[in-house]
Amino acid sequence: MIHFSEEHEMVRNMVRDFAQKEMAPIAIEADEQERFPKETFQKMAELILLGLPFDPKYGGAGMDIIAYTITLEELARVCAATALSYSAHVSLAASPIDMFGTEAQKQKYLVPLAKGEKIGSFGLTEPGSGSDAGSMKTTAVPEGDHYVLNGSKMWITNAEVADIFVVAAVTDKSKGTRGISNFIIERDFAGFEVGKKEKKLGMRASPTSMLHFTDCRVPKENLLGEENQGFKQFLKVLNGGRVGIAAQALGIAKESLKRAMLYAQEREQFGKKIGEFQGIQFKLADMATKIKASELMIYDAAEKKQAGLPYIHEAGMAKLFATEAATDIANQAIQIHGGVGYTKEFEVERFWRDAKLLEIGEGTSEVQRIVIYRELLKEIDRL
Amino acid sequence: MNIAVCVKQTPDTETRVKLTDDQKAVNESDINFILNPYDEFAVEEALKLRETNGGEVTIISLGPDRVKSAIRSALAMGADKAIHLVADKNPSDPNAVAGALAEELKTGNYDLILLGKQAIDDDHAQLPSLLGEKLGLPAVTVVVKLDINGDQVTAEREIDGAHEIVTCNLPAVIGAQRGLNEPRYASLKGIMKAKKIPIEEKPAALAADQLEIESFNYPPEKSAGKIVGDSADAVPELLRLLHEEAKVI
Repeated sequence: MIHFSEEHEMVRNMVRDFAQKEMAPIAIEADEQERFPKETFQKMAELILLGLPFDPKYGGAGMDIIAYTITLEELARVCAATALSYSAHVSLAASPIDMFGTEAQKQKYLVPLAKGEKIGSFGLTEPGSGSDAGSMKTTAVPEGDHYVLNGSKMWITNAEVADIFVVAAVTDKSKGTRGISNFIIERDFAGFEVGKKEKKLGMRASPTSMLHFTDCRVPKENLLGEENQGFKQFLKVLNGGRVGIAAQALGIAKESLKRAMLYAQEREQFGKKIGEFQGIQFKLADMATKIKASELMIYDAAEKKQAGLPYIHEAGMAKLFATEAATDIANQAIQIHGGVGYTKEFEVERFWRDAKLLEIGEGTSEVQRIVIYRELLKEIDRL
Repeated sequence: MNIAVCVKQTPDTETRVKLTDDQKAVNESDINFILNPYDEFAVEEALKLRETNGGEVTIISLGPDRVKSAIRSALAMGADKAIHLVADKNPSDPNAVAGALAEELKTGNYDLILLGKQAIDDDHAQLPSLLGEKLGLPAVTVVVKLDINGDQVTAEREIDGAHEIVTCNLPAVIGAQRGLNEPRYASLKGIMKAKKIPIEEKPAALAADQLEIESFNYPPEKSAGKIVGDSADAVPELLRLLHEEAKVI
């Protein structure tokens, strides 16, 4: 059972209202033009949405994970690409600085991120290392009071527009995953370059690019937390991120169902509304059931995270289920719309293209299954 | 400046209204209630005036317990205080509502009383004028521009085909029309703050309704549309029909 507090309901209403008024009118165009809607981020900053979960002393709103999850859901209902960029900013870039950064790093980087004066990005994946993040090639070699970074990162959300990047690199090759560290990179560091923007199927208003490091000198004070703790750090970041990705899938799924439901009550064929045909009814009933299950799984994981309980199992399952359900539900929404569903004007085709990414980003469905199995193995005596 | 904003909780504009079986009331069971949109303009105007002149904004709402969420929405936008005049239901008679609100407003020593020009549910549009009458204050309604200089009020109001500019002194009652301003969103900080502001509860001093609702009826079902043509040639005929048949232009 999910019980949302009055405060959570107010956050939902506010974000829904915001998304309808500020994002809906530009969502189709931003997708077509592959344009990051910077103006939306500026408006979000005024409402402190970009610092939602962080302590007010760092410029945040001090709200909980449930409020954050609700926000992602409501943003994704209208423009999933904006939701994705928002989650990369909050959960991938700002939250590791909040969790592992020194006070000086928080003042210098978390504050402008939380206030929305700067945009954040996170670099982990490389051309040769995706799911197997431990096999990364980017290196960071200490030299005096600096580290010197060399290598490339790929599929980096927000890179085109970001000012602050949290990036992983190998600091001790002999130690494998225990020899990786995270660094805070400023966009104008010499030797750091944002590469070409990718052309994508969906999430087109959320820019994705490569990062290149060529003898990039990073001050030692920009090491995040302790040396060689990077792998553990980003696993923790990604575990939290999974709930957020699942929430975006839920938002897409809910909007797909709404559009399909309304269309089914309107469109007439063979002398009656298509919603009166059992074939359509069964589709809609299945869509609603998957949405209900996704919602329960997502808020269960979010509540556990909020309460400080173990939630890796729940987060993995929620991401796996909700993202695969969203692609399926958006697909069915197109099918119910028929020909018009295939056109951009009706938007359900965008929902489907956007949903597909959620099965891949921040841990593929296959990686989620591996995570879930590992947790299962730990619990084998209690099954 | 000590400002009171009277707000009403109304069904969401997207609500598909269902009537009770006796058709004497709206069935409230599945309704999503919101802060009346015209009252949002009033809250925004009050906040802007507070920003320039200092002072306090007090939200006052009359109705059953559910209206507290509309009060919280106004507090989350940035209002300072709130009073809930508790009644077991929203009276259908605007005169009774105005009487109870006036009793409360008299005690508050307000410089300015703002409210929406009407509520989007029953659309009586009487409250600003009734409050002015009961409080013995000037009342200007359907206001799209408001300037306050010392205790001089200059209000621009919409009338048929023109704008009328009215001046009066404070204290005054102002009814807000769409266009007066662009209401702000409740910020997250506002939402957190609103939670901590106590809502003062008082019984509403309601006189008996003098209006009785005989029945509500659903609007007639829309008939099928008509396609006049698909090229520029059809425009004159379309204009004629819109003017003569639909009578919308």
